[in-house]
Amino acid sequence: MVRAGYGATVQDLGRPGLAALGVGRSGAADRGALRLANRLVGNPEDAAGLEMPLGGVELAFRRAATCALAGADCPAWVDGRPVGPRTPLAVPAGARLRIGTPGRGLRAYLAVRGGLDVPAVLGSRATDTLAGLGPQRLTAGQLLPVGTAATGWPAAEHAPRRDRTGPLVLHVVPGPRDDWFTPAALRTLCGEPYTVTADSDRVGMRLDGPVLERARSGELPSEGMVGGALQVPPSGRPILFLADHPVTGGYPVIAVVRRADLDAAAQARPGDVLHFRLEGRPDGRPG
Amino acid sequence: MATADGTGAVRVLRCGSDAVLIEAEDAEQAQRLHAALRDAPPTGTGELVPAARTVLVRYDPSATDWQRLRAAVTALPLREAPPASAAETVVVPVRYDGPDLAEVARLAGLTERQVVERHTAGHYRVAFCGFAPGFAYLTGLDPRLRVPRRAEPRTRVPAGAVAVADEYTGVYPRTSPGGWQLLGTTDLPLWDAAADPPTRLRPGTAVRFVVAGQGGES
Repeated sequence: MVRAGYGATVQDLGRPGLAALGVGRSGAADRGALRLANRLVGNPEDAAGLEMPLGGVELAFRRAATCALAGADCPAWVDGRPVGPRTPLAVPAGARLRIGTPGRGLRAYLAVRGGLDVPAVLGSRATDTLAGLGPQRLTAGQLLPVGTAATGWPAAEHAPRRDRTGPLVLHVVPGPRDDWFTPAALRTLCGEPYTVTADSDRVGMRLDGPVLERARSGELPSEGMVGGALQVPPSGRPILFLADHPVTGGYPVIAVVRRADLDAAAQARPGDVLHFRLEGRPDGRPG
Repeated sequence: MATADGTGAVRVLRCGSDAVLIEAEDAEQAQRLHAALRDAPPTGTGELVPAARTVLVRYDPSATDWQRLRAAVTALPLREAPPASAAETVVVPVRYDGPDLAEVARLAGLTERQVVERHTAGHYRVAFCGFAPGFAYLTGLDPRLRVPRRAEPRTRVPAGAVAVADEYTGVYPRTSPGGWQLLGTTDLPLWDAAADPPTRLRPGTAVRFVVAGQGGES
């Protein structure tokens, strides 16, 4: 690790099944992107790789390795030679892989054939930034061992991707606490644009936009939270929970982004505009 | 939607595309609901996350849907919870030297000694975990010891701090920020990420507190 970028972490698919002990799942924020990067180098999909918000990472390889980049498209170079995303890259021993900053999207992923072999905690190598479990955030000078997780070679050498055109639309299921808000609040959420603020990380994204008005005051007794939950603190502006969200919380959740849209949500960067739509309705509007 | 043994209604609320939040009438019904779902999980259900009044149930949308789960949950018989004394009991030896002991005594209108007596007299049960890995919310607190959280949370509460807030008592498993009122300290290790399970305080576990050095420790 020569340059650690802007808070790069080791991630796999996390620690499912431990929420009853207060341990969240964590893992890659864009799970599909890490899975793809792993498939491209012949790893199991849950092998540990790097999650790199806004790229900016440089790695020096002591040994030859096969790597793949996925997620937000970053320019990248092996010893100064440009290389592309979503395809296996042969990196010779002694070479440097430099990853630039993506033009759009937020989180880039790097898989290395064999997987990153940092010590597992509770069955996972993911860094849970909220709970403080798993490896520390990466720092320059750190050595990342490569394991032996590879199981074969992929059938494809390149994974094309259809880029989204137009605005980022996230479909939501109302509730569980939509009844804590005025009927107008859900219409506002699904009718008005919300902007991702700089107060965003792996725990969640604080959004800026019209206030969602409460019909009831006070707080709930703590209840279980899920990724994609739109929790509304007293400010009335929602927080969209991502991979390291708290296991329980006391602010009401007006609606939850459906699982299929969560990877796209994790690629929204500060300044991006989100459009929420009700799942299962052609116009995406309640009422 | 009365359950088989005549207990009150539960509400089943959608929580995204692959979870439902089941809301019970009170903490005790929520604990019984969690036990019933753990013992007889409906088809397609996965992880359960018990909390103060609710149980979050994750499910596989290719195997079931929320309407089927609503039907299964409302038909679920809720047994009486086994008495706390019958379950595995974790005994926690405490040095009652916490910085908030005097304040808790003042708020409760008791002497510090009476606070300790009441805290060690209780039969507690882990209702749920949250806030931090292994942080167990214990119910069964003497109503006189129900005090509000501190107005200003501490930025650093040491691992092993024994604390009360609202209707709960608990032990900070690791050093973390925290707003509960600190009664004392235990040396009993409660969290070990290398162990399986990493905590002894799982939902349903019975807990007692004893004064450190006065016997009753196991």
